[in-house]
Amino acid sequence: MPKRSDLKKILVVGSGSIVIGQGCEFDYSGTQGIKALREEGYEVCLINSNPATIMTDPELADRTYIEPLTTEYLEKVIAIEKPQAILPTLGGQTALNLTVAAAEKGILKRHGVEIIGARLETIRKAEDRQLFKQAMQKIGIDLPRSVVVTDESDLKSIARDLGFPIIVRASFTLGGTGGGIAYHFEELRTRVHAAFEMSPVKKVMLEESVLGWKEYELEVMRDCKDNFVVVCTIENFDPMGVHTGDSITVAPAQTLSDRQYQEMREDAKRIISEVGVETGGCNIQFAVHPQTGRRICVEINPRVSRSSALASKATGFPIARLAAKLAVGYSLDELTNDITRATLACFEPAIDYVVVKAPRFATEKFGEFTLDTAMKSVGEAMAIGRTFKEALQKSLRGLESGKKGLSGAEPLDPETRLQRVATPTSSRLYHIKSALDEGLSVERIHEVSRVDPWFLHQLKDISDFEKTLQSLPLDSENLRAAKRMGFSDAQIALAKGVKEQKIRERRWALKVRPSFKLVDTCAGEFPSTTPYFYSTYEETGDLIPSKGGKKVVILGSGPNRIGQGIEFDYCCVQASKALRAHGWQSVMVNCNPETVSTDYDSSDRLYFEPLTLEDTLEIIAIEKPMGVIVQFGGQTPLNLAVQLEKAGVPILGTLPAAIDMAEDRRLFGAALKKLKILSPESGIAASAEQALKIARRIGYPVIVRPSYVLGGRMMEIVYDDDSLVDYVGRALKAATHPSLLIDRFLADATEVDVDAICDGKDVWVAGIMEHIEEAGIHSGDSACTLPPHSLSPAVLLTIRENTRKLALHLKVRGLMNVQYAVKDGAVYILEANPRASRTVPFVSKATGLPIARIATWVMMGKPLKKLLAPAVLKGDVEPPYTATKEAVMPFIKFPGVDPKLGPEMKSTGEVMGLDTDFPRSFAKSQEAAGMLLPTSGSVFVSVRDEDKPQIVPMARSLRQLGFTLVATRSTADFLTRHGLETSRVAKVGEGKPDVVDLMKQRTLSLVINTPSGKRSRADGFSIRRTALELNIPCITNLHSAGAAVHAIAVLQGASMGVKSLQAHYETLPYKVELGLKA
Amino acid sequence: MNDKAWLALEDGTVYTGRACGAAGESGGEFVFNTAMTGYQEILTDPSYAGQCVVMTYPLIGNYGITAGDNESNRPRLSGFVVRELCKHPSNYESVQPVGDFLKKHGIVGIEDIDTRALTLKLRDKGALRGIISTLDGDKNRLVEKAKALPSMSGLNLAKVVTCAEPYAWEEGFKAAEKPLHVVVMDFGVKHGILRCLAAMGCKVTVVPAGTGAARIIALKPDGVLLSNGPGDPEPVTDAIETIKHLLAERIPLFGICLGHQLLGLALGGRTYKLKFGHHGSNHPVKDLETGKIEITSQNHGFCVDLKSLPSAVKTTHVNLNDGTSEGMSHAELPAFSVQYHPEASAGPHDSRYLFERFRNLMLARQEARSR
Repeated sequence: MPKRSDLKKILVVGSGSIVIGQGCEFDYSGTQGIKALREEGYEVCLINSNPATIMTDPELADRTYIEPLTTEYLEKVIAIEKPQAILPTLGGQTALNLTVAAAEKGILKRHGVEIIGARLETIRKAEDRQLFKQAMQKIGIDLPRSVVVTDESDLKSIARDLGFPIIVRASFTLGGTGGGIAYHFEELRTRVHAAFEMSPVKKVMLEESVLGWKEYELEVMRDCKDNFVVVCTIENFDPMGVHTGDSITVAPAQTLSDRQYQEMREDAKRIISEVGVETGGCNIQFAVHPQTGRRICVEINPRVSRSSALASKATGFPIARLAAKLAVGYSLDELTNDITRATLACFEPAIDYVVVKAPRFATEKFGEFTLDTAMKSVGEAMAIGRTFKEALQKSLRGLESGKKGLSGAEPLDPETRLQRVATPTSSRLYHIKSALDEGLSVERIHEVSRVDPWFLHQLKDISDFEKTLQSLPLDSENLRAAKRMGFSDAQIALAKGVKEQKIRERRWALKVRPSFKLVDTCAGEFPSTTPYFYSTYEETGDLIPSKGGKKVVILGSGPNRIGQGIEFDYCCVQASKALRAHGWQSVMVNCNPETVSTDYDSSDRLYFEPLTLEDTLEIIAIEKPMGVIVQFGGQTPLNLAVQLEKAGVPILGTLPAAIDMAEDRRLFGAALKKLKILSPESGIAASAEQALKIARRIGYPVIVRPSYVLGGRMMEIVYDDDSLVDYVGRALKAATHPSLLIDRFLADATEVDVDAICDGKDVWVAGIMEHIEEAGIHSGDSACTLPPHSLSPAVLLTIRENTRKLALHLKVRGLMNVQYAVKDGAVYILEANPRASRTVPFVSKATGLPIARIATWVMMGKPLKKLLAPAVLKGDVEPPYTATKEAVMPFIKFPGVDPKLGPEMKSTGEVMGLDTDFPRSFAKSQEAAGMLLPTSGSVFVSVRDEDKPQIVPMARSLRQLGFTLVATRSTADFLTRHGLETSRVAKVGEGKPDVVDLMKQRTLSLVINTPSGKRSRADGFSIRRTALELNIPCITNLHSAGAAVHAIAVLQGASMGVKSLQAHYETLPYKVELGLKA
Repeated sequence: MNDKAWLALEDGTVYTGRACGAAGESGGEFVFNTAMTGYQEILTDPSYAGQCVVMTYPLIGNYGITAGDNESNRPRLSGFVVRELCKHPSNYESVQPVGDFLKKHGIVGIEDIDTRALTLKLRDKGALRGIISTLDGDKNRLVEKAKALPSMSGLNLAKVVTCAEPYAWEEGFKAAEKPLHVVVMDFGVKHGILRCLAAMGCKVTVVPAGTGAARIIALKPDGVLLSNGPGDPEPVTDAIETIKHLLAERIPLFGICLGHQLLGLALGGRTYKLKFGHHGSNHPVKDLETGKIEITSQNHGFCVDLKSLPSAVKTTHVNLNDGTSEGMSHAELPAFSVQYHPEASAGPHDSRYLFERFRNLMLARQEARSR
């Protein structure tokens, strides 16, 4: 069927902030989808609250609404745009839930908007456990036995019937949030209770355990003519019980016979037609009993997903793009396969390599957790190899978690080792490796871990080979054998006790070099022209020759992690766009399957490779670019910069030496002195004694951190000697560089972030952002506003001037981010980083100026004067509206972790609120972040003594806004003394009802709790944690509290409006067009 | 374990790898197969007689050999080429590793080969003759041996792989309301086809390829299935004659793969050799009658030239990748055929409806006769 001509305008729903369970894969799918729809001539509008996405770039959709993803805002957008259809299947669970909610509220009907991509009944059938069960029973698909409960009364008899362990799942949540495994009754009760809190529809399913079964996923597509294809099969290393997002997964499925697989495929076909997915992609998960082969369907997702992004990258089959085309009426046989261009999209990719995805955990931030059905990983690395062993080792070194491939864990006694092998955790794989090294049998490991013996034998092959490696001569045959098993030079060096460099020199001398093979969707059956490559060690490669002209390699940012996420991928994609707009060739290197950068469409050539020195050097040797861009991919490429330069690779933009100068405190301090730029007193310590000496000199509190880290890793504010000594001990153990930076902590200062571009002559201050939270909270976790809302012109002038001086002094070519603290009118510099920062996309969206692209052109030699209007370059103009960025935190996923902000970054994503003034944009940003500021009710106030005077005017405003005040004794007394009626409540554990009880009774609608020193931490912890779990907004610092009070006043007034980015830009005092190609 | 083996092609290419099957030397026409599962079905598919199969998926043998999935009593192919053969298979139905199976049946196998490089060569140059040896490391000599191998064209390989005596097939039989008797002309029939017929409630009699029309008619079949088989259809002249007789008798005919080509020849058409053939289980085929796409299992090096056929023969199925004809039916005679494998094994089960079509054809004739 040709495309539908009755549709003119389509509204695409994005997935909002990056959160655990919903990463940047939806930027990838949304971007593909929007492009696909516009290609067909449809007008596309988009709603997404996440500014750090490529999909919200103003040239991508016709109209882009960076607005909160709530039904209220959705309806406002619909009212303005009047689209005929809404496409919810590209924006993850968020978009699906939002669209269902809008349909249920009658919004879609009211405005005559049709859901395309999946029908409402289909979504319901797939998402509602009860309906899904009925549908599966109807067609005879086996399911785990299960019961859906809507209250907690009948648990005992259900438990008797199902038997422990029991899987608890909350309906309509993403990434398995609210789910878990209960091994006994007490645990069941707790889990069910928590699940009810999480489920928006208050339904919880209890299910027969299939723990230890083999887990498979099928990525399938179906069109309106009932054509059905399986794009990819995926097998999980970790058996059932570990969320697939947290499992190592392999494509294609490895251990199913053809008959077993075809039966599964038939099931999938029947499931998708019964559920009614007929215009798009779908993910179907199966569990297979390892001894009997009993096969059950675990769940389905009638939309593109993290796994479908993985499947697309693994096969070259662009699922999201095709899903968008199917949604507007095409059938699969009417669409071509973009990779071969000779064949149709209606086929099943055949691959001739193995793909391994490994999850990246935030262990360094939240500790190690036992893995279960609620996803905990924050990112992933994918690798392609010709064997499982090669792909696995490549994926592990791609994780950048310190492992150079498959290595062992720490030494342990046999009993503990066995325990670690039995328990699924983020480090289990490494314990299995150690167990194999230590001689434990595959059978025994399988028995306790339930990991399939096939995988274990593969690991054993690696372990066995590694043992022989120590004694083998490094001739070309042995080196090649090692490489074919995926061993990195670093691993071989470790086994041989030499430097990595030595191995590489030897390998190159012996001409043991990788060949690069093509991802072509068809296992070589048809010629392909899409340059999408992976490395392997084989006879010949099939590199497609490059086009002529300047060629630049862009090093990406690797797996998402806290502190280095989608923002950097955004910058890399922008760099590629900038190069291509000038006819220069971009060569992208990255190993993150979720991203837009690893779409074969985003660059001229794509290498799906780990971002290690070894792997990048091999690509550079083949590609011979004029230069390499290292400043966009976060810390990952920067860590390679010096060594790349040493190896003779030309680095574009700011030179590694200058980057080093900004990082090296001694050099940096000297530069600041010379430039007369104020900075907090500081010192560098390599031992506890030195640290104490410095602290005594500059006075407590001090802020301490290791050098060369991103995301404020291990950054802490320390108040006394004991804590300092304790910190130094911990930090020196973990740090790669044995030096710690100690700065005076500027309490109650306002922090300011600046993004600037320097071309060697001119410096353009592209954005000045004022943080809402005071200095001391990591910039990635703070809300900030552009333009600044409270800084004086004098302060702004100093900031501009200091930034200019510093950029020129550091000889920056390209981007630089500077952080300042403003206290009592004085401007202190905190740090400077001559690279792209996390705020680049936010500034770009807020100002309409694509600063990563501009920086790329500057690196390529274009002067700023030629790129920018004089008024923009001078910084004389600013937007007539306000943009506020708010961070989104993952605490809910980590039970027992204090949801408190500090100098170490913990957020996974961000949202943006855009409106006429600061209070309105702040209010929007809070709504977008899911912080439901109340407009009435009771506010609990509990602040430390130093904050008490400042809380009084806020409390007074809240009273005036109609709120009642509740506080514990000392705060209550203080407020009462200031004439504010405040009811008292007991502290936790000091009587009933205490504050936590009030929260549980839902009598509190807002909590303001500023944590004091260490002592009352426990009290504050239970307040914050309870608020988090009950989704009661909880503000933990005064600055935010002040902003929130203003925002509440706004929310009580007239309702908020929406406006597209494009419409906002029309109000700018400058033109945003820079001759960019869309 | 470091037993060397060599692979030489007629164009002079030589690869060094490791032996992973029986020791010895064996040659044939090299073809690649892109299926990611189903190596066991491929190994035991008689249609591969005279050929060395290169598996494009690099990890072969992961689930070993499973009970009940053989397509014939023993492998007929000349050699097996893989990137890595699994020594420790894992599957609840697994009975032995593939390496042991190859050794048991005397099939020469080689691993550690850059199968993608080899596949691209076969794609670009077309199917090549070649040899695998665990005995002779002399590269020039191996290339000469490869060149000396006979070409597939003109060889009647069906004669080699067909059964010696007629037999009844009962495995997988499920009784149906109206019993039907199908005679299968065995040109190298895959057990998958027989299982599909039996599952539909057909009584199945398999007869050797050389069985004459009279003997077949004497068996009183409701329909005759012309099976798949290896190599070139043209030299299978006796069968073409038999099919002509069966057509004249208006006995319902269903041709699969080689059977399709033989039907084409019997109807007066021509066949030709494809450059590197279709071997895999992901080929999209469109049923022109319903407009629906099925993902099919394919294994053929020759093809029917549809234009050479009389106008009463209609194309029913088309390959979406290269536009080649994949199926035909006769407007007046109860005969139809497909180039691909509706029984799949290995491959998706999308096309099993064709057995239903065959059944309906037979039922219609039964009904017509009883009237």
